[in-house]
Amino acid sequence: MTRVLAVLEQRDGKLRKVSFEVVTAARRLTDAVDAIVSDTSDREGCATAIAERAKAGGYRAVVFAATATGKDLAPRVAAKLGVGVAADLTDVAADGSGFLVTRPVYAGKALLKVKVTSQPAVLSLRPNVFTPDERAASVTPETLPVTSSGRVRVREIKAAPAGTLDVAEAQVIISGGRGLKEPANFKVLEELAHAFGGQAAVGASRAVVDAGWRAHADQVGQTGKTVSPSLYIAVGISGAIQHLAGMRTAKVIVAINKDKDAPIFKVADYGVVGDLFEIVPKLTEEIRKLHG
Amino acid sequence: MKIAVCIKRVPDSETRVKIAADGKSLDEAGVKFVMNPYDEFAVEEALRRKEKAGSGEVAVICLGPAAAQETIRTALAMGADRGVLLQADKIPADPFEAARLIAAELKGASWDLILFGRMAIDDYNHQVGPLVAELLGMPCVTAISHLDIEGATGVAEREIEGGIEVVDFPLPAVLTADKGLNEPRYPALKGIMAAKKKPLEVKPVQPGAGALEVVALMPPPERKEGKIVGEGAGAVGELVRLLREEAKVL
Repeated sequence: MTRVLAVLEQRDGKLRKVSFEVVTAARRLTDAVDAIVSDTSDREGCATAIAERAKAGGYRAVVFAATATGKDLAPRVAAKLGVGVAADLTDVAADGSGFLVTRPVYAGKALLKVKVTSQPAVLSLRPNVFTPDERAASVTPETLPVTSSGRVRVREIKAAPAGTLDVAEAQVIISGGRGLKEPANFKVLEELAHAFGGQAAVGASRAVVDAGWRAHADQVGQTGKTVSPSLYIAVGISGAIQHLAGMRTAKVIVAINKDKDAPIFKVADYGVVGDLFEIVPKLTEEIRKLHG
Repeated sequence: MKIAVCIKRVPDSETRVKIAADGKSLDEAGVKFVMNPYDEFAVEEALRRKEKAGSGEVAVICLGPAAAQETIRTALAMGADRGVLLQADKIPADPFEAARLIAAELKGASWDLILFGRMAIDDYNHQVGPLVAELLGMPCVTAISHLDIEGATGVAEREIEGGIEVVDFPLPAVLTADKGLNEPRYPALKGIMAAKKKPLEVKPVQPGAGALEVVALMPPPERKEGKIVGEGAGAVGELVRLLREEAKVL
């Protein structure tokens, strides 16, 4: 039977949501899924341990989440196994002796369908794409011991201020562009995000990141993050093609812009034309009522 | 300091993707190609490190078609000393094959640093840097947005979901650059003139077949036509109703 190794992620001793996504996707490939978790602070030691486990177990595939940690770890493990990574996948299926996978390229302007025949296949899955099923919640991963390499070591993690959510993980994203006019005005978006009660993050267009108004970590688009939230609200963003590429897989897109001809309205499910400084506070008020 | 920077020629981020007749690749007609934006941070960092050290060499290595000479010239115009084009008509679909060719070129020379962009904005593989590091047996830190080097040790910062990782590593090392690491310089006219005379070696390479085979390149699913709910704050009530009742996301 085809056996698959699922590499899970934890933080502060708890499995992250993306780990359940990995288990769910791995079980689409086979019923024989082994799940492991390990300390990742010594990246090289961790990669060695996973590669050795993968070899010893004779797995057909090793599956990672394409998170910041997974993107760092998967290539190291793959190279030790003499293969490349089929990275950032949005679909996976067993296909004869290999796997048939789909990955967005050009920031999602196109999808690449790829047949993976490497032995083993090393796959990394885009977060927020595979919906975890109920069975995944009961997974009990084996803890893989790591021998320190003493070379590359995470000394500390500086946590973002409490209550801030990463755009890559948020269910709701409210993004702002040049229409906000000045950095201080992002406060109106932060207030709207806050009204969603901790499940929303504030994103930004490339223009305002390049202008130094917002951190690069918040940038959505081809040279920033590609996101797939349930709800994406683009405020004062005209909709350059590189931005649209980064958010077009959102389930629902709302655009608020004063220019009715802005390209953002072409991809938005719902558009409101007008002054964002009147519309957004009103929306915040309505959302507060719902969540109040 | 002896530094290698590995760069890639990619379609500009404003490119509208059209699929070629083979159904498996980008139709390159009319497409403007540029240096991968993340590689610009790597080139800039290499130049700053060399300037700080007061001496050394910045070599630029690029795997790509003959036209990628232009991409290398851009890096030379920014201030890199020499370029090497590993010339192949097509960049292999399996990043491990690309990494093998680059690692073979880098092997044997005593680099203090080997820099990459954290990913290319065309294939989104984000792995050639760490693959090369493993093939060369060198320590590697990916997607760095801050870097301090003191003697033979370095400290880098990299963004993770909801925070920043601070990573210690020894030199020599392979690093991949994220946006935020620095502000890349524009090539000055003097640099552009000087770049024409800098050495650029062309070495033909034969990529292996690899184990990732492209079956198809497809357009993403079309989003269905949206609607303008209305104008001004007065439309917000209807917007919220639609988000609740029709889209069911509230």
